[in-house]
Amino acid sequence: MPSLKDLKTRIDSVKSTRKITKAMQMVAAAKLRRAQEAAEASRPYTERFNAVLGGLAKASAGSDAAPLLLRGTGSDQTQLLVVMTAERGLCGGFNSSIVKLARARIEALQAAGKTVKILTVGKKGREQLKREHEALFVGHVDLSDIKNIGYADAQAIATDLITRFEDEEFDVATIFYSVFENVVSQTPTEKQVIPADFSDVDTGDDGYVYDYEPSEEAVLATLLPKGVATAIFSALLENSASEQGARMSAMDNATRNAGDMIDKLTIQYNRSRQAVITNELIEIISGAEAL
Amino acid sequence: MADMMKFDLVSPERRLTSTEASAVQIPGADGDFTAMASHAPTIATLRPGIVVVQGASGEEKFVVTGGFAEVTPEGTSLLAERAMPASEVTQEIIDDFIATAVSARENATPEMLDQLSKQVGDIAFVAAELGLQANT
Repeated sequence: MPSLKDLKTRIDSVKSTRKITKAMQMVAAAKLRRAQEAAEASRPYTERFNAVLGGLAKASAGSDAAPLLLRGTGSDQTQLLVVMTAERGLCGGFNSSIVKLARARIEALQAAGKTVKILTVGKKGREQLKREHEALFVGHVDLSDIKNIGYADAQAIATDLITRFEDEEFDVATIFYSVFENVVSQTPTEKQVIPADFSDVDTGDDGYVYDYEPSEEAVLATLLPKGVATAIFSALLENSASEQGARMSAMDNATRNAGDMIDKLTIQYNRSRQAVITNELIEIISGAEAL
Repeated sequence: MADMMKFDLVSPERRLTSTEASAVQIPGADGDFTAMASHAPTIATLRPGIVVVQGASGEEKFVVTGGFAEVTPEGTSLLAERAMPASEVTQEIIDDFIATAVSARENATPEMLDQLSKQVGDIAFVAAELGLQANT
């Protein structure tokens, strides 16, 4: 049986925990709104871009003259997995679910005899993968200093990927991130970015036969690297919205649990206080009777 | 009054404008051209330059650094990597553009060098047009 003083300290500590989780929830809610706005603002660009690029890619698919970024190296022996997670924890299962998907993929690829390389974006994924797969790490992108993700950040990652691809460090690159559905549900997703894959893109076939300036090949060659950057940019935005959403619901749960705990502890505290009073009364009465 | 067409200018970070325009002057990679309603469908890559939009309420100018334009008879969409209204461009932004272009040029392969040097020149031209300094 804990003493009254112990209970009191316990209640105070849970109360201050609740204050912290409540504050974190509110901060996450505000950040979520901003992240969602950013994701929404990028959508017109991404959609148009993918439609145009998808149309172009389909037209030149299968041709030997297609750029390497589109047709690939013809092999899938070396796989680069880009695992994108958050820089911070305390956001429920957000980081773990992305890592879990990536880990399953790594095991499947290794079982198939492929060479796997890992590039991590965000500290949390790196920490979780480090124990088993540290030998596979080829790089890490630190985003902890960046408050609002800009296109330039995505472009830097894309340039890094393309340079590695041109140096023949890998054949296929896949990004792992989380798609934001709503506050309570975020779906971990994988997407192949190199060679570019447009099979799931609605090319919006509007029946136009376009003139290309300077030429179809030149346009395709300039657009493909940008396509990688665009895919990474939208993944980063989805990820940041997902992270805040996951944190918000995790912190909401934590706040509620802390509330329940405070209620239980308060009842226990009051009971023991009453017990002490009763005890004292009994002592006084029995002392008086003895006289 | 010329026919109007839809005009959209979007960058990855935001949609800059979506209006009706009668003519849009576009800095294409192979030279400037003007898109008007019923233009033949064209996809053109952009070089750094100034986009001039003739809208119902007068003329608007935007600075773009690259990307591409999709022109159809019904409308024009510009997908620019970085874009902003010309009035928002400051000396720091030009300096930043130049620094990016110069560093790209320094890491370039010989066959890309021409194109990237041209990019620096294009940005300098934009700067001059807006009355700003281009410190290359």
